Amino acid sequence: MHNNYVYIKIPSLSVNESFARAAVAAFCSSLNPTMNEISDIKTAVSEAVTNAVVHAYEDEIGEIEIQCRIKGQVVEIIIEDFGCGIADVEKAREPLFTTRPELERSGMGFSVMESFMDELVILSEKDVGTKVILRKKIVEKKQKTLNEEIDEENSEDNE
Amino acid sequence: MNIQFIETGQVLTIKLKGELDHHSADEARVMIDEKINNERYNKLVIDLKGLDFIDSSGIGFVIGRYKVIRKRNGVIEIVNAGKKVRKILDMSGIGKIIKIK
Repeated sequence: MHNNYVYIKIPSLSVNESFARAAVAAFCSSLNPTMNEISDIKTAVSEAVTNAVVHAYEDEIGEIEIQCRIKGQVVEIIIEDFGCGIADVEKAREPLFTTRPELERSGMGFSVMESFMDELVILSEKDVGTKVILRKKIVEKKQKTLNEEIDEENSEDNE
Repeated sequence: MNIQFIETGQVLTIKLKGELDHHSADEARVMIDEKINNERYNKLVIDLKGLDFIDSSGIGFVIGRYKVIRKRNGVIEIVNAGKKVRKILDMSGIGKIIKIK
């Protein structure tokens, strides 16, 4: 089976935050995720895209690239910007650390990504940009065969 | 996001419906703070029943309103948070400063 993927490129407008998470969620639907799994993915994507909008480009508008790939049961989402970069990635990963408290940033973005996904990788270089890689395994659900569905329907009819 | 205000004496209830993220929080902040600054409320109730999505920007938004009402010696309360919303609220530890019902 071919591995499926999608590429999305958007300007760093805050209105695109909801589009980005909804688009990634829609792409993942072929893995038949649960509501909880979809909710976790949407939240993590929202955090990464919001970081690019708020921090990477600050007062200017740049581009955000989102690559989403399905490898078996694993979904891999890469969110990349070409903005200012993160000066200290280790510091940025600390819960409640933020460089912009005046903008009511909670400093929880990376903590949320880390706890809602299985894996979080942050690659960043000053004045080059930041690449956030998120991975999550979607638990395989047993598919019902056509015969099982027919049997169920028949037993319901007989009740 | 849709915002509905309900006033009961000095209590202002804010019903949030839809998705609370960085984009919608920026819009909501302006509307809500204008209302708080023009009236004399001593309590802010944030009703999250109709909220389908929240991320850490939503937490920043709630803490921001907590600071605004506290400056006026008021209190803040969160009610009707669903399971998904509750997950982020609990993770943030916001329950230590704000009552969650």
